[in-house]
Order: sequence, then C-alpha cells, then structure tokens
Amino acid sequence: MASWLFARSRTFFSTPHRSKSFFFLPFLNHSSSSSFRSTTLPHRNSPTLFCFSRHESTKADAQLELDHDVTEDDVNQAIDFPGGKVGFTSEMRFISETAQKRVPCYRVLDDNGELLKYSDYVQVSKEMGVKMYSHMVTLQTMDSIFYEVQRQGRISFYLTQMGEEAVNIASAAALAPDDIVLPQYREPGVLLWRGFTLQQFFHQCFGNTFDLGKGRQMPIHYGSNKHNYFTVSSPIATQLPQAVGAAYSLKMDGKSACAVTFCGDGGTSEGDFHAAMNFAALMDAPVVFICRNNGWAISTPVQEQFRSDGIVVKGKAYDIWGIRVDGNDALAVYSAVHTAREIAIREQRPILIEALTYRVGHHSTSDDSTKYRAIDEIEYWKMARNPVSRFKRWVERNGWWSDKDELELRSSIKKQLMHAIQVAEKAQKPPLEDMFTDVYDQVPSNLQEQERLLRKSIEKHPKDYPSDVPL
Amino acid sequence: MSTKFGRLVSLVYKRRFSTSTSIQKGGSEQGVKSLNLCSAINQALHIALDSDPRSYVFGEDVSFGGVFRCTTGLADQFGKNRVFNTPLCEQGIVGFGIGLAAMGNRAIAEIQFADYIFPAFDQASYLPWLGLIVNEAAKFRYRSGNQFNCGGLTIRTPYGAVGHGGHYHSQSPEAFFCHVPGIKVVIPRSPRQAKGLLLSCIRDPNPIVFFEPKWLYRLAVEEVPEDDYMLPLSEAEVIREGSDVTLVGWGAQLSIMEQACTDAEKEGISCELIDLKTLIPWDKEKVEASVNKTGRLLVSHEAPITGGFGAEISASIVERCFSRILDAIKSTVKY
Repeated sequence: MASWLFARSRTFFSTPHRSKSFFFLPFLNHSSSSSFRSTTLPHRNSPTLFCFSRHESTKADAQLELDHDVTEDDVNQAIDFPGGKVGFTSEMRFISETAQKRVPCYRVLDDNGELLKYSDYVQVSKEMGVKMYSHMVTLQTMDSIFYEVQRQGRISFYLTQMGEEAVNIASAAALAPDDIVLPQYREPGVLLWRGFTLQQFFHQCFGNTFDLGKGRQMPIHYGSNKHNYFTVSSPIATQLPQAVGAAYSLKMDGKSACAVTFCGDGGTSEGDFHAAMNFAALMDAPVVFICRNNGWAISTPVQEQFRSDGIVVKGKAYDIWGIRVDGNDALAVYSAVHTAREIAIREQRPILIEALTYRVGHHSTSDDSTKYRAIDEIEYWKMARNPVSRFKRWVERNGWWSDKDELELRSSIKKQLMHAIQVAEKAQKPPLEDMFTDVYDQVPSNLQEQERLLRKSIEKHPKDYPSDVPL
Repeated sequence: MSTKFGRLVSLVYKRRFSTSTSIQKGGSEQGVKSLNLCSAINQALHIALDSDPRSYVFGEDVSFGGVFRCTTGLADQFGKNRVFNTPLCEQGIVGFGIGLAAMGNRAIAEIQFADYIFPAFDQASYLPWLGLIVNEAAKFRYRSGNQFNCGGLTIRTPYGAVGHGGHYHSQSPEAFFCHVPGIKVVIPRSPRQAKGLLLSCIRDPNPIVFFEPKWLYRLAVEEVPEDDYMLPLSEAEVIREGSDVTLVGWGAQLSIMEQACTDAEKEGISCELIDLKTLIPWDKEKVEASVNKTGRLLVSHEAPITGGFGAEISASIVERCFSRILDAIKSTVKY
C-alpha cells in the first residue's frame, strides 16, 4: 500500500545504445549529430556542458553529453572549457533521465515508533523529546479546533497541517532561534515551537486588532518579527529566492545562523524554486530548503507535477547537497535538519531536504479532497503512517510519557484553545485607518485622499459599511 | 532572457540635454563636473556603496561594469562580495534583493533592460495572482503589519526607445508598476537629476523601481555636483514656466517636449513644462496648480497610450480642475 506514492507509470530509460556503429568523431558530422539534439540532456555534474547545449550549432551536443559510465578515451585529451576541463570520449552515449533506483528515504523510527538498528541519528534528550511530542499534539489539536471554528462560520478560511506535524515540529526543534525562517503556509508548527502563543494564532485567524498583521491577510498568514518568522505570502515559492538573499546577509554579517525556507512539491515547479537553487549554489548561501513532498498540490498528484525522482534529485543539477527523509518520522526529520543546519553554517553552502509526507487534510477549508483521491489512501496515511502516534510510541517506549500525561496535556490544550477563541472573537476589528497605513513607511497624499473619500462615503451611507470596524 | 545591446551608445549622436534644474537639497556648486547620465548613475552608486557598508549592487553582468557601463569600477573598489554578477534570471534577482533588503541591507538590483523585468513581476506587487515586484516587494510591509519591510530595495533598469532596439530593447513599462501600491516609480530626465534621485531612491525606506532613460545615457551631458546630494521624491518640478498650456512628462520624453515648447513659443503659445520625476506617488498638487493657471493639460509619454499613466493624470486633473478646464474651452471656442 505504501508504494502508491512511488509507483511509476512508465518504464525507466533503457540502457543507452552502446553500439560502435553509431560512433563518429566529435565535431565532424554536423548533419547526423543534429538529429540527436532533441534527446540530448545536459550533464548533471558539469555545468560547463550546459553552455554547449545553448550554442546555435548542434555539433557538440551528442558527443559531449557524458555519463559516469562513459569511458574517457584519454585523460590527457580534454577540452579546456571555462569552468574546468572536460574529458573527451569516442563513445556516443546519452545520459539516462534518472537513475535506475530511486533515492532511498532516510528514516530512524519504523512505523511502530521503534528505533531501527544501526540508525544514524542525532540524540534527543528526554526534555526535548517530550517537548516535541507535546507540540505535535498541540498543533494537531489546534488544527481540529480551528477547522471546526471555520466550519461554524466564525472564521473565513483555514488550512490544516494534519499528517505533517512531524515536519512542522521536528524541523523547528532542530533549528536555533536565530535562524531566519521563510515559510510557505503549512508550517505554523515552526512558529508554535518558537513561542507564538495559541492566542496569537487565534488573533490572526480572526483578523482582529491584536493580529500582528493588522487583519489584512486571510487566516493562517502568520508572521512574527520577534520569532524570526517572515510573514506568510499566498503566492507559491516566492519566499525561496528571498531566503537566499536573507542567507547572503547572514553570511556577509558573519552570523552563526542560516536561513530556512519551506515549500511543497507543487512549489518546485515554479521558476522561483529553480532561481533560488541556482542563486544559492552560486553564492554559497547558508540556506536550508525543506520541501514537504506531501503527494498533492491541491488536486494535482506528484505524478502529474514532475517526471523526476521527486525533488531531492533536482538539487544535484544545481550542485546542492540533498537528502530524502521520511517526513513522518520526527526523529529522522530532526536529525536531518539539525545536521543540514550545521553543514550549511559551517561550510557556507545550501542544502536541500525532501521530506516525504502526506497531506491528510484537504488542501484548505475551500477544498474537498475526496473528489480527487481515494478515501482509503487518506485513511492509510491518517492511521498507519500517522507521525504523531509514531513518535508517541517512541517517547512512551523510552518511559518519558504516560497515559496520564497524555490526558492532562490534551485537556489543558483544549482549555487554552477554547479560552483563546473567546478572547479573539470578542476583540475589536482593526481600525479603518489600518487599511491605508504601512503601504509605504508613511501614508502618501494619494492614499490620504482615498481615505478621506472613504470616510465621506461612510458618513453618507453608514448602513452600507460594517458596524464593527472602528472609524 | 536578456540579449545584449552593446553598440547602442556609439550610434547615438551627441547632443547636450539642457535643463533648468536647480539643486534642491545640498549640492554646493563647488566640485561640479560635466557628466553624462551613465557616469552620473555610476557616481551615485559609488557614493551609495561608500556611505553605507550594508549596501550591495548586483545583477546580470554588473561585475565588469554592466552592458551600459553604469557599474564600472564598483567591483574593483568595493569587492566582489558587495558588487557581483547574478545568473540570468530576473525573478531570482528581485527575489534575492527582497530577502537581502528585508535583513536591513540596501539592495541595489539591476535588471539589464526594462523589457526583461516581467519575470520579476511577481516578486514586486498586491494581488496574489499578479505577481515578486508586484506581489512581494510592494506588499512586504503591509502584509506583515509593518513587522517586516524590504524598503532597502532599489531596482534600476534602463527603459525606452533609442531608435534601433526593436520590440525588446525599447519598452516603457512604467504604467504596470504605477498600478501597484507599495512601490515607488521614479524616472530621471538628466544626469544631475539621475544622481540625486537615485541616491534618494536607494536611501528611501520603500522599494523603488528606478527607470533609467537609456537614450540619454551618453546623449545627455550636464554639470553634476560631485558631492553626495539627494533630490526629493514625489515632488514634481516646473522646468519651464508658461501661461497657456501645461505639459506633463518624465524621463527622456521631456527633451522632446522641451523642443515642442520652444516651437510653440514661436507661434505665440506659452507652455508650462512639468517633470513629474516620481510617477507614484505623484505630485498631483503641482500639476493641479499649473492647470488651474493655464486651463489646459497635455501629457506625453513614450509608453503605449491605452492604459498609460497619462490616462491616470488626465482623469485626476479633470476631476480636480473640471470647471477651470471648461472655462478654458469656452474662451478658446470661437463662433
């Protein structure tokens, strides 16, 4: 059952033709080589070859696309190309589109939360383990309450993290507070970990006067300068090149911190993803890219998002280190992010982490995912591969957690949440003037004029305007 | 995406671009040097990098001096960590710049031609479906409730026609950006203006798109003070006083309009010429005052007419000066 996500509908590229009958000397036969142009791929480890594929002439393409297995004729026979020497070969062979075997997924805990033998992982103390588990439960409970509140029509929109609690909390736990986080939108667990209170989450979703964003954005668009967590923006993947800029700033300031940015599987199809990877590699920026590959971009499954072996392989083309990790194994995520962060800062280089996980909830409250995916599939990930219960078993096995602790935790969170809703709901809406401030550092004359017009209109037609917005 | 345009400069004939500019802030007349617009920009960038150690200049080909040579000498003086090439990727340049600016730096990004700014559109605006200049830079402060801002970002880009640039080296896309609250759009008309306005843009706490009239890079030569001076943003300037009609323009187009004013004068028409300089937020009051005096308005821009920024100016002025314009029409129409 677990293989559904990885099932590939097409066969792998067969071993390229090695017949010497296709042999011809480089640069001699222009017309025959041009017929191979459409199937030529740039070499993944040699950025300089990419330059060849952009040349108007097609003569060099077929001959110069090397693979690891292709033997160089003579190590001394090489083209001294900008970026480094490239060896020649007389063997005409195309590089296959992907490796025969998929990149394995690093994990530490099995589905029952049992530590795998000979696991390579970062030790977690009792205090840290319990804190991680408690935050996963808090996030889970927060999601279910918010979801209900939206369903009751008390907030306009919500989006849950169900199924992705481990990626949220374990990645946050592995970071230092000085690390700058540029989120997508399904990572509020990072903010929760950093001390953003339940009350603050509710203030934002209710868009009241205590919302740090002043009620301007849709629910779930959290942000907190105090917690080094950039404000969520709806467009997909725009935060990725920004994270490289933030990382470059940390690098120039000689800070012992990195930038960490998140995106989903769908986000990797955006130009910004590729721009960010290339910029990060070229600028040796200490940035950790965490891609939550949760199988679905709204209704588009990963099989319709990319042909590649997921996301981790994409880093290779940009000369970026990467790791694929089981996103539902909190200990594995913690270990991978902790280590990635250390490497990024110590070696001043970007790292790409692909976390395989699953979006158990609908994309948002505006979506019904049973319309495009099987309920069985959702149930399987919800029950058998649940990241919270898996981590719980490990914490219990260590003797760090009891049923009593569980009961106390859940009832305490629920109480806090219910209280937070009431406070947030009763709070005033932001004042009208907040609509015009912060567009610029100061309100310019054109916006002052628009505010005057609006106020005039409200005076004239008070009934047509919401009565709960302080004027 | 960008293609190179190296021969442009040698093909443009030399002509002095005269303005009646006066230095509005600072700028003693001592240490004044005759400079073209490109060198004035270069001087501004030197001053910006020198006066703030947290400032950076980057973009395609800027390291060796840029295809128009505006960044000449910067990498040598300030090092490759602060002045560097980026990959050929406009959305990456602006996205990177936003992140750098959001960390409290002055990020001075160059987009090699305004014609290639569109991939960066998303990194700059308000509406989620619009796009980094439009969706990211412009809304960074607002959406965070002023917790974060990328006000240190300045995007420089050459715009406009030079005579042989074809479709993709000639466009004037300023109107697209004027529709986006949260960014400022500034266009200088001359070397002295370019230096003072660029320094203001770099130091302004808001993201700015600074369009440079590439036609004037070498064509316009003017006395430019060598010291560090800034010219105010959102302040238009009457560069020629008149009583019969108000002409409003910006950037390279002003030289054409100035010629038109001279020609009209020969026919007995007295023209008042205004340089808007900042297109958003623009100085409505100065234009309004002038139209209230002359009763007539003429806006001229290189950009396409339909949906152009001229339409915005016309609509606003008609709204504010309707009766005065009507009076002018009445007095003009003869039976």
